[in-house]
Amino acid sequence: MKKGRRFIKSFLKIKICYLILGLFVINGCGSPQRLTKPKPTITVWHWMTDRKDAFLELAQRYEEKTGVKVIFELYAPSDAYTQKVRAAAQGNTLPDIFGILGEMRDFASFIKAGYVEDLTDEMEENFAEWKNRFFKKALEVNEFTADNTYGVKPGIYGVPIDIMTIQMVYNKRLFKELGFDPEKPPQDFQEFINIGKKIKEKGLQGLVSGWAELWMIDCLANNFAFNIMGKDKVIRTIKGEVPYTDPDWIKVLTLFKEMQDAGLLYNGIVTMINKTAEQLFANEKAVFAFNGSWCVNVYRGMNPDLDYGVMLPPKVSDKFPRSIWGGAGSSFMVNANSSFKKEAIAFLKWLTEKEQQIFLSEKTFNLPANKDSLGKIHPRLAEFADDMELTTHPRIWGVSEFPRVIEAFDKGIQSIIIGEKTPQEVAQEVQNIKEKELAKKKGS
Amino acid sequence: MRFKSTLENYLFILPALVIFSIFYIYPFYKVFQLGLYDWDGISPTKVFVGLGNFKEIIFEDKIWWYSMLNASYITLIALTFQNALAFLLALACDREIRLRNFYRVVFFIPPVLSEVVVGLVWQWILDGNYGILNSWLVKLGFPHLVRNWLSDPRTALNCVAIVHSWKGFGWGFLIFLAGLQTIPRELYEAARVDGASAWQIFKKITLPLMIPVMVLVAILTVLGTMQAFVLIIAMTGGGPGYHTEVPVLRILASMRGSSRFGYACAQGISFGVILVIVSFIQYRFSRRAREIY
Repeated sequence: MKKGRRFIKSFLKIKICYLILGLFVINGCGSPQRLTKPKPTITVWHWMTDRKDAFLELAQRYEEKTGVKVIFELYAPSDAYTQKVRAAAQGNTLPDIFGILGEMRDFASFIKAGYVEDLTDEMEENFAEWKNRFFKKALEVNEFTADNTYGVKPGIYGVPIDIMTIQMVYNKRLFKELGFDPEKPPQDFQEFINIGKKIKEKGLQGLVSGWAELWMIDCLANNFAFNIMGKDKVIRTIKGEVPYTDPDWIKVLTLFKEMQDAGLLYNGIVTMINKTAEQLFANEKAVFAFNGSWCVNVYRGMNPDLDYGVMLPPKVSDKFPRSIWGGAGSSFMVNANSSFKKEAIAFLKWLTEKEQQIFLSEKTFNLPANKDSLGKIHPRLAEFADDMELTTHPRIWGVSEFPRVIEAFDKGIQSIIIGEKTPQEVAQEVQNIKEKELAKKKGS
Repeated sequence: MRFKSTLENYLFILPALVIFSIFYIYPFYKVFQLGLYDWDGISPTKVFVGLGNFKEIIFEDKIWWYSMLNASYITLIALTFQNALAFLLALACDREIRLRNFYRVVFFIPPVLSEVVVGLVWQWILDGNYGILNSWLVKLGFPHLVRNWLSDPRTALNCVAIVHSWKGFGWGFLIFLAGLQTIPRELYEAARVDGASAWQIFKKITLPLMIPVMVLVAILTVLGTMQAFVLIIAMTGGGPGYHTEVPVLRILASMRGSSRFGYACAQGISFGVILVIVSFIQYRFSRRAREIY
């Protein structure tokens, strides 16, 4: 009798346990629609520390307007952000909106892997209303044309948030001290060199830039290369049709030696990061700086009284027009696997409207990507924006140089500056690496 | 009974074995596996290249070997200068001197500082234009020695090596001091009673008994220094040119600069194997040294 009761008791216990478990399972597997539908929440990953507060305010405004919650998550510095995005892509945990830092090759890999939504149809909707908001150059950086060599389906895959140009800035007070007209910065390379000699005589320091970060050397070298040999020849070099030992490339390399010999380059520029360069220029320790339009905000924070002007890198040749790097400063992409794709696109459309773009520009001193929003910008920023038509960027060239060749080229320039190698030696070394990479590519 | 005892032993080590396998062996296997592919770190597809990446590292990547040479040089400085300094200071602090505890704290300050902070402070000290070092050299009457220490290829690596040693000697100091304190004082007293000189005491008692500690410090120094990275990135970023490049920086360059994840994994594995070989050689040498003494 007792045994029977015990059996019934334990049977009941087991039954109750299964019942509770069953309830959990049913609840867990049930469709979320049966509950109150939650408000959509869009997550945006970015690396732009200076825009953090402005983004948060815009997110709040957007939620008030549409009920859609936007969470901006900041991951800085940009190196850490890049790794975070790559890791998230591998784990399929990318947010609804994110930015891709890196070269066009990386951008293409993300698209080919199916992580980035093609926005072409959205951009072309309503007589291309969205597309036409932007500066052409800003959109180009996010576009893959029909003849792209990356194997990506042609289309627009990103939304530019702001634009930038990389140029030279000069300190007007130091210019006066050197006996030059502060409103007349050097136009050609010879004038630039002559100023360098004067700088050396006076015991001042010339040009600062973050040349430990190789891409900034690459940027100036490309400016010179476009001016000396034209875009076509630069592209043909990347394609492997013109060697780096070509006299035009040796001339590009020689310009760095001439700048160093004239005393134009800051002592220690080859191990200088851009933050240090910005501090030095803001503290009037250098006459020139090679920097991007983001510097307006940086200098304002470091020394609001700094009196400086913006100038194009000096002209080296009359054969071809001058070019500077520029285009989209930062762009956002929509996750192709996001459950809130539509909401994400709608938010980006709102973010790139004139009003929001003006707000961002006023708050963060960056050039807006929306071309109708330029009216109220800082005068220094306007100087940077003036030369937008001269901009180019490796991301729009359709071909990419091998990273090892870029590294050898930029490190080679460092070696020229420290007097370790001649331009000819560097050109030969770069060409050797290029040939190896081309052979490897053919082999594969 | 014996079987039960063996099973019990295995059961005790099972949790550690599982954790070790999950966090060490499996990642190592995965990294090795990735090293056999050409992969950009993003694409879902990887191209199998077999040992191609390893072959490229060994036979074609001159910069990789140059970075190994740089790391070896920094390690050599650390093994000699840094450890000698640590040992001497530990010997001094092991004696009955005034402010002994104060010195112990002071000597252990550099290792606890952030490497980035140390790198940036030293970058400022060694700056060619506004650096304290150059300013002192001028004041002391050596203006001809003034230079940009970190941008000059003749001095950049030495500067990095010295700063690394300054930052790291505190660890060696601490371990040496702990080792010295384990030597029974009676041995010293007996030797003194027998009329042994200070040098004889050091040579016949301190040195032989400290050999295991020295081996430990040497192995830790080699492993720590070969993998030095943060300090270098903060001070020079690997420049000027390739003069302060080290293997970890090259791995990072392959991963981030070139988007060659597979190649970076192969570099990581090769580097790990080299470190294991070096540690093994050191261990063999130390055994022989122990036998001699």
